[in-house]
Amino acid sequence: MLNSFTQTWKGAVLAALGLALLGGTSAQAQQITGAGATFPAPLYLKWFQEYKNATGAQVNYQAIGSGGGIKNITAHAVDFGASDAPMNAAEMAAAPGILHIPTVAGAVVVAYNIPGVGPGIHLTSTIISDIFLGKITKWNDSQITRLSPGTKFPSTSIFPVHRSDGSGTTNIFTTYLGEVSPEWKDSVGAGKSVHWPNGLGGKGNAGVAQLIKQNDGGIGYIELSYAVTYNIPYAGVRNAKGKFIYPSVENTSIAAEGVTLPADFRKVITNTSAPEGYPITGFTFLLVYKNGTRPEVKKLLEWCLTTGQADAAAQQYAPLPPSVKRRALAAVASMR
Amino acid sequence: MADRAPSVPSTSAPLLAATAPPPRVSKSTSAPSRIPPASSLARFGDKIYGAVTFLASLSIFIIILWLLYQLTGASLPAIHKFGWSFITKSDWNEETNSFHALPFIFGTLYSSLIALVLSVPISIGAAIFLSELAPRWIRTPATFLIELLAAIPSVVYGLWGIFILIPFLKLYVFQPVIQPHVPIYHRHLVHSVIRVGHSHLPFSYNHFDTTHIPLAQVKGIGFLFTGQSAGYSMLAAGMILAIMVTPFITAVTRDILRAIPRSQREGSYALGATQWETIKQVVIPYAKSGIIGAVILGLGRALGETMAVTMVIGNQSPSTPSGVSLSLFDSGYTMSSVLANKFNEAIPGLNLAALVEIALVLFGVTVFVNIVARLLVFYTAKDVHGGK
Repeated sequence: MLNSFTQTWKGAVLAALGLALLGGTSAQAQQITGAGATFPAPLYLKWFQEYKNATGAQVNYQAIGSGGGIKNITAHAVDFGASDAPMNAAEMAAAPGILHIPTVAGAVVVAYNIPGVGPGIHLTSTIISDIFLGKITKWNDSQITRLSPGTKFPSTSIFPVHRSDGSGTTNIFTTYLGEVSPEWKDSVGAGKSVHWPNGLGGKGNAGVAQLIKQNDGGIGYIELSYAVTYNIPYAGVRNAKGKFIYPSVENTSIAAEGVTLPADFRKVITNTSAPEGYPITGFTFLLVYKNGTRPEVKKLLEWCLTTGQADAAAQQYAPLPPSVKRRALAAVASMR
Repeated sequence: MADRAPSVPSTSAPLLAATAPPPRVSKSTSAPSRIPPASSLARFGDKIYGAVTFLASLSIFIIILWLLYQLTGASLPAIHKFGWSFITKSDWNEETNSFHALPFIFGTLYSSLIALVLSVPISIGAAIFLSELAPRWIRTPATFLIELLAAIPSVVYGLWGIFILIPFLKLYVFQPVIQPHVPIYHRHLVHSVIRVGHSHLPFSYNHFDTTHIPLAQVKGIGFLFTGQSAGYSMLAAGMILAIMVTPFITAVTRDILRAIPRSQREGSYALGATQWETIKQVVIPYAKSGIIGAVILGLGRALGETMAVTMVIGNQSPSTPSGVSLSLFDSGYTMSSVLANKFNEAIPGLNLAALVEIALVLFGVTVFVNIVARLLVFYTAKDVHGGK
């Protein structure tokens, strides 16, 4: 029954796609279609514009969310999907032969709104976990204040904010907390959408940023680029080597080097062992089939992993570190 | 009629009954003589026309049944796994694959209820004013504005909620109410002795001592005001919904009031009733079933509204064990908000099936509300002669 539902759904997608193609037959031969993650969409749109200028190939990317990207590529409705979270076992089983190609890495920052307190307070994984579990409730709790000796904290109540929609950002953040806090792993767990014990939910990075800005004492997790755009202060987080790291594009790239990646790249790069690496980061992926993908798509991927990387930092995305880039290119080369 | 409106003299009952138009009798007797005999071609055209309209109406049934079939089919894994506990328990956890929807069902019903409580008096008041009392120069622009309100997309209401309503509620309603502010008067009888001249007169007076306690601790109504004061709340959702459904209810109610025959009002005036008495005893009872229908139409819109509610309700079930809280200040979650938030990234399998089951439940709630509405309209129509 579920099958017939997804079949119909696939049918609808294909039909819609068919209609779209009927509309523009001239560019059809060169057109590449993709759908998925919203987080890297600004960078992807810039890339695809540049790629069109350079090669004349039109790439049509729809930022419909990671889940939508996975559904579309599973149904073979697009040339490539895009997702912030690696596909899980069930999703992999539904799409045999799928490859994860990391394009850039992103940092998830712990942003806050504490009256009278500027950017860069120090937090540890235990404290972040306790805050989101509702165990630390005041900003002047001694556990928080003793980490940032120069800062004067008000007695404002802590107001945790999370994503209400399923998202790769949530996946990165909860994977990190699950990795470092056994209590978190047991009571909340990790995933694109989890059972939050308290706080409020905002839709999308923008929704969370808005909630933090509007509420004194607010704290939440958002992508680095949103914190920069919305001008919200964010915290330095203590990494596995005991150093407090203020998130930036550079130490996100460094973090990606300090993690042993599996052959298929399906890992969230949290809690890196690199001394200068920021601990809450993750790759965003393009999803393609190893076999039967059009050569134009392969060319596009190669371009993204080489020429495209130079554009990343300006938009707060971390370019791939050389080791990962080499392996990603090898994975693309293996496509036929 | 007379027993429903006791202060109208009993003679008005036959009068009102007599003025109600006897529609069918005159039509059926005069109709055959007006229609000329049709040619066979025209009759064939009639048949085609009949068939086309029949198919059009049939398509509605087919769409509804098909929808029901698809929703049920896609949610079968969740139905099998959770049974009735799906709608009686509160835990929703993607990690443990445990899905129950009580907080969302409650959120949908409660936010809609708040919306109706706020909007029905305003809508009916506005409709009465527009149809009975307003001078023409107000009536036309006001009617236009109300219809304009109904045409604004819900995301616009949502944005207005985030940037205007929520900061306002937070600053001027929630925080003052949650902070200790409500004065509680303790009465002490103070006895004192006042010297007047050489004699001592005993004197006592009431002394009021005030302490301030949070409204949340006031017995009887405190449960409505517990929870956080962030502004994103059931009340915000209810208020946004109220603003959204008010134009619907007002516009329909106004049309219904306009449709009441003049003779009804004239009859009442002729008996010496004032304008207020006429509205209360003739106009409203006459239109009662139609007004109920209008309210249900508004309720239907409130139950299904997604975007505006998602933007202001907080998207977090209250942290009570049941996931249900009557507090107006607490955040909440509705069925349609859950779908909007979670469907896109849902994991195929039980998670997706559970979300589709929420859609099925929402479908069921809507059908249930409509059936209740039909019954209400049917019974009130039987009750009041001349009702629709």
